[in-house]
Amino acid sequence: MSLRARVLLAAGLSLALIAAAVVYILVAGHRAATPAVASAAVDASPGERLLFRSTAPGSYGRVATVSRGGGAGPRTVSALSCDRVYAAGGAAICLRPDGPLATYQLAVLDTHLGVKDTYPLVGVPNRARVSPSGHVLAWTVFVTGDSYNGGKFSTRVGMLNTATGTTVDTLETFAATLDGKPYRSVDLNFWGVTFVDDQHFYATMSTAGRRYLIYGDVAARTVRTLAGNVECPSLSPSQRKIVFKEAVGGDPARGWRLTVLDLATMTRTHLAETRSVDDQAAWFDDNTVMYAVRQAPKKSDVWFVPADGSGRPSILIPDAESPAALWN
Amino acid sequence: MYLASVERPVAPKATKAATIAANVLALGTVSLVTDVSSEMVTAILPLYLVAGLGLGPAVYGLVDGLYTGATALLRLVGGYVADRVRRRKLVAGLGYGISAVAKAGLLLAGGSLTGIGAAIVADRAGKGLRTAPRDALITLSTPADGLGRAFGVHRAMDSAGAFAGPLVAIGVLAASAQAFDAVFVTSGCIATIGVLVLILFVRDRPASCRTDKPVDVRRAAALLRRGPIRMLLAGAVLLGLSTIGDGFVYLLLQRREELATGWFPLLAVGTSLAYLVFAVPLGALADRLGRTRVFLAGYAALLAVYLILATSWSGPGALVTALLLYGVFYAATDGVLMAVAGPLLPPELRTTGLALIQTGQALAYLLSSVLFGLAWQWWGAPGAIRAAAATAALTLAGSATMLLRTRPAS
Repeated sequence: MSLRARVLLAAGLSLALIAAAVVYILVAGHRAATPAVASAAVDASPGERLLFRSTAPGSYGRVATVSRGGGAGPRTVSALSCDRVYAAGGAAICLRPDGPLATYQLAVLDTHLGVKDTYPLVGVPNRARVSPSGHVLAWTVFVTGDSYNGGKFSTRVGMLNTATGTTVDTLETFAATLDGKPYRSVDLNFWGVTFVDDQHFYATMSTAGRRYLIYGDVAARTVRTLAGNVECPSLSPSQRKIVFKEAVGGDPARGWRLTVLDLATMTRTHLAETRSVDDQAAWFDDNTVMYAVRQAPKKSDVWFVPADGSGRPSILIPDAESPAALWN
Repeated sequence: MYLASVERPVAPKATKAATIAANVLALGTVSLVTDVSSEMVTAILPLYLVAGLGLGPAVYGLVDGLYTGATALLRLVGGYVADRVRRRKLVAGLGYGISAVAKAGLLLAGGSLTGIGAAIVADRAGKGLRTAPRDALITLSTPADGLGRAFGVHRAMDSAGAFAGPLVAIGVLAASAQAFDAVFVTSGCIATIGVLVLILFVRDRPASCRTDKPVDVRRAAALLRRGPIRMLLAGAVLLGLSTIGDGFVYLLLQRREELATGWFPLLAVGTSLAYLVFAVPLGALADRLGRTRVFLAGYAALLAVYLILATSWSGPGALVTALLLYGVFYAATDGVLMAVAGPLLPPELRTTGLALIQTGQALAYLLSSVLFGLAWQWWGAPGAIRAAAATAALTLAGSATMLLRTRPAS
């Protein structure tokens, strides 16, 4: 083939490939969503309602509520879209995309889901919690910048006290105690905060390939490990138990078993849910936990199961994730 | 016989210093296009796994350095096979092709972690397979006295692609309302263009191999019995032990300067920019001053980066200087090492030899980055960086004595 022929062939095929890509991009941009559900005023104040993120067609990503007893019943859908949402004590936190580019922000919400304040987030949102008083918000993000770090993922926890205006940018600067000894390492990662009160919390810390339940003190800037193989803890309303996901055989690659830890005796009870649950569960009441189970990338349901290992899991809210019981 | 049927001279003497062989430009274009394709996926992969698929921290470590060992071995095998069948272009093309198909694999994998993992491994395997044959083609297409510059041009084009990739990904995401599949499709199309350019414009050099003796494992192993090659390999591995990895360098910079995490990716961008700018001038300088010297000077720049990190000098000036030196380190070592190695290796075993040196460096780096991580744990960041600086000074002195003494007569 002559050079001219090769150039023409290369140019022609390249143009065809680029055109194909552009067409795909445009089609993907206009993939019609099902007609949107009309939005209504959502009440996020304490009361007999469940707040969650809808994954139903027509209201995908929007924050909604159902009544305490009617998970599958009529839902009130707000206009607000979030990737992760939580509410307690009359305050709500919403982690959402910030503009068309892949950046995110944290929105502080009032009881009518009005945005009071926003803060840019560094990374992709993953978990969100509010302290029982409604004053302190905590979130976990995946720090994507660290993908330059040999393709590793890194998680980061931040906190914001809306009453005092103080923030915690990362837990990595807290003094860590591992099995009673001071510990430091470059590979510390934190995720999945659950609050005791505005100053104290539980969370997950990972280092050297192991994951621990930690107890943290915001004022003292300390964290200490309490138990191994605990991820995404969630403290019960009575503050006596923690529900968490326990890596099967200590290896997250094999999935997680939803488990309850009694904080007084440190005994573990595997719950009746045998599917792998990758969520920070929440408490429906002191005897029942609820969590999202994903069926497909954009479809999940909220299930509930007794917290004592008995019974069987069943669907609490179909087409939903990120549940919060507003009466707790 | 007509003039047209007379074989063209390989490289006219008058212009060889000034021009870059068409083959090198073609290979540079392939690398540029392929890097746009692969970096656009790298840039959005974490986002896709977490925001697109809603995967939790399980994915942590999925794309870990676990595969480094496997791809290192594959690189050696690929180099040997390319020499054995005397078809470097075919093996390089296979590597580029596998990576292009891997993009389709990402699309087809959907939410399956195993599928995504397999696609990522395939992508890396393709990269491992193609590097040595590609570098061998560059050395075989360029007269020996212009190798430094040729590699400089190639690496500059390569990093320009790496630079543009994330920007293209952001553009595609913005234009497609955050459709990650559109990024994979675009990346696949761009990767295919890279393979096309390779097929249509890159030439293997069968002529240079025609008279060669057949290649077998015994002859490949005999490479190690040649003094200069053994010295270069030892020097390269020794120097490889002084590299701690981008991740740690950026982490140290970020902590010292107390940069917000949002700026973290910009550290890599700054380094690439310096690499991009200095690759050609330093390659040309290597041709004039001696490649081994420039190569060693590159590691001196790395030592300087460590020294900056070990002192209390901070502020924007320190940050810019460190990134600049770090980019210079890459520009003076990556392609220049190949330019040093090329002429030492017989043409028929060149791919194997280059693969051997690259693998040696990669394994040395793997070891030193793990040791640095441990040092950080034992002594904290300041102790670890001091240890790294001491190691860099020692290995630099050691390999300088070794390499400068055995420099070929040219």
